[in-house]
Amino acid sequence: MKKFLAVLHARNMEFLRDRSALVWNLAMPFMLVFGLAFTFSGGNKDIYKIGIVGGIERLTQAAPKLTSTQHIQFIAYSDLEAAINKVKHHQMDMLIEVDAAPKYWVNTSSPNGYLLERIIWGSGAEKFERQAVEGAEIRYVDWFLPGILGMNMMFACLFGVGFVIVRYRKNGFLKRLKATPLGAFQFLFAQLVSRLLLIMVITTIVYSGCNLFIEFNMQGSYWTLLMVTTLGAMSMISIGLLIAAHTASEELAGGMLNIVTWPMMLLSGAWFSLEGAQPWVQNIAQLFPLTHMVSATRAIMNEGATLAQVMPDVWVLTLISAIFLAIGAFVFKWE
Amino acid sequence: MPPIIIASALVKQYPGVRAVDGIDLSIPKGICFGLLGPNGAGKTTTIEMLEGIHQPTSGTVLYKGEPLGVRYREEVGIQFQHTALQEFLTVRETLEFFERLYHKTLPISEVIELCSLADILDRDTRKLSGGQRQRLLLSLALINDPDLIFLDEPTTGLDPQARRNFWDLIKLVKSRNKTIVLTTHYMEEAYALCDEIAIMDKGRIVSQGTPAQLLAEHFGDVVLQIPGEDAGSKLMEMNIGAVPAGDLFELKTNQLHHTLQQLIANGINLDRLRIRAWTLEDLFINVTGKAGQP
Repeated sequence: MKKFLAVLHARNMEFLRDRSALVWNLAMPFMLVFGLAFTFSGGNKDIYKIGIVGGIERLTQAAPKLTSTQHIQFIAYSDLEAAINKVKHHQMDMLIEVDAAPKYWVNTSSPNGYLLERIIWGSGAEKFERQAVEGAEIRYVDWFLPGILGMNMMFACLFGVGFVIVRYRKNGFLKRLKATPLGAFQFLFAQLVSRLLLIMVITTIVYSGCNLFIEFNMQGSYWTLLMVTTLGAMSMISIGLLIAAHTASEELAGGMLNIVTWPMMLLSGAWFSLEGAQPWVQNIAQLFPLTHMVSATRAIMNEGATLAQVMPDVWVLTLISAIFLAIGAFVFKWE
Repeated sequence: MPPIIIASALVKQYPGVRAVDGIDLSIPKGICFGLLGPNGAGKTTTIEMLEGIHQPTSGTVLYKGEPLGVRYREEVGIQFQHTALQEFLTVRETLEFFERLYHKTLPISEVIELCSLADILDRDTRKLSGGQRQRLLLSLALINDPDLIFLDEPTTGLDPQARRNFWDLIKLVKSRNKTIVLTTHYMEEAYALCDEIAIMDKGRIVSQGTPAQLLAEHFGDVVLQIPGEDAGSKLMEMNIGAVPAGDLFELKTNQLHHTLQQLIANGINLDRLRIRAWTLEDLFINVTGKAGQP
């Protein structure tokens, strides 16, 4: 324990005293959140979104003119309740269930929903049974905040741990530690905990700082949010440790980190929803820890999801952390 | 003294290169053992196998009669040729960091005094001079009060004054009955510090013993240096093997008394005669065919 604490303390000091890196770690997410908040503050989207439960083919049969209307995006859903929630939160303009007695749901306070009701007149869909729902709009900033903070955590975890260990190996510091009684697992675990503590403190500061000005929507429990983000950060640090476990080349490590981070950045739903994406893309996205962290934090913040409701994501993040840390410790090389 | 570390038939094979080719070493407790050799001779590979940093391809290393294990890590101190420290830490914090990695340690104050670190305790380790940095690295190698200390070219790159200060430090450490294994390019360093030396070349030990033994074994003669101003022609006429060396003539002999009588008889002025003893530098060149560092 003494050795672990020694490495933890030394790494924390190194990080905190490296002023340029510290400032950058704090400033970057602030800039991203504020920049995107201003950019998308209007929330204007020039396309209507209609969710379909029951299949687009059946809707085409029931209301052929509707599916051929331009500037409407149709998104298939299997979970009716989740889809209704999206209409409630203004994340979807209308939901249509096509079965023996077709129905449509629209939010009474949504301007887009109102306009879509006018558009579907004459398309055949006006005969569907109308279901009115109510609910406040989730601003775009509330939707993208978990994504943007998650993505920032991803970069800080992967590059922060991966590059640091490769640098230690390259400059001979790891070789010096190998000459001491310190074990590989103690060293790696200390790196993990150090980065985890620092990234959680930084994320908390960024969240609280932005919240003073933007007042994020927070429906769920802060403890559940903390648990999910901690596990998410742990899982990504573990991946960084595995990538850095063997290589002494910063170029190679950089390449491998990019191979991991870019698909996560694009396909984890941090920037945009994958609801309309191909099934195979959605399946690949399920392999990424960022997908689970972002999806769970969005559910907690915007829909008030409980720990039980986000448990599948919690399990995936725990599993990823345990597997990657174990493999990383097993294949770790001091030199 | 019983050996503290024994290496038997040590081999390190890299693809296409046999870096160490069957070395046997037995280092008695309490001595300073020097491992010398030209670049690429296999010194660092050998010392790193002794340190347990690299596994030998074949052969064994025994510390106090046992294979290298956790106990070994606790009881050896190592100063690598190239190493880096955790950045953004002061000298004191670096000492405290390494102290926490061991069960048994010297009091930090003792290490600070031993290595004269008191003036630089609060300095960032990245801002140390070469000599200060080497003193810190040595202090880290000593912090666990090791019985066996490895120093891999510890004075390379230091100016002459800093190097001599470091020698004094190593002598001080040695006086505490520590065993030191030292690699160096500097023959004068080996002569000043080592009780026993082994000269390596091409992965093998080509000569081993105390410096005095090796010099006596390889050089049974002495070199007479005679200024060549007016003695040159007489020396050449005598045909006794004198060779020009700059402004001097050098003459090797193993019968000093007889040779001096010959020179006097031929009227050669010996007022400025010098007798040069052979050095480890000469020995090094003799056994490896390569010149060491000046």
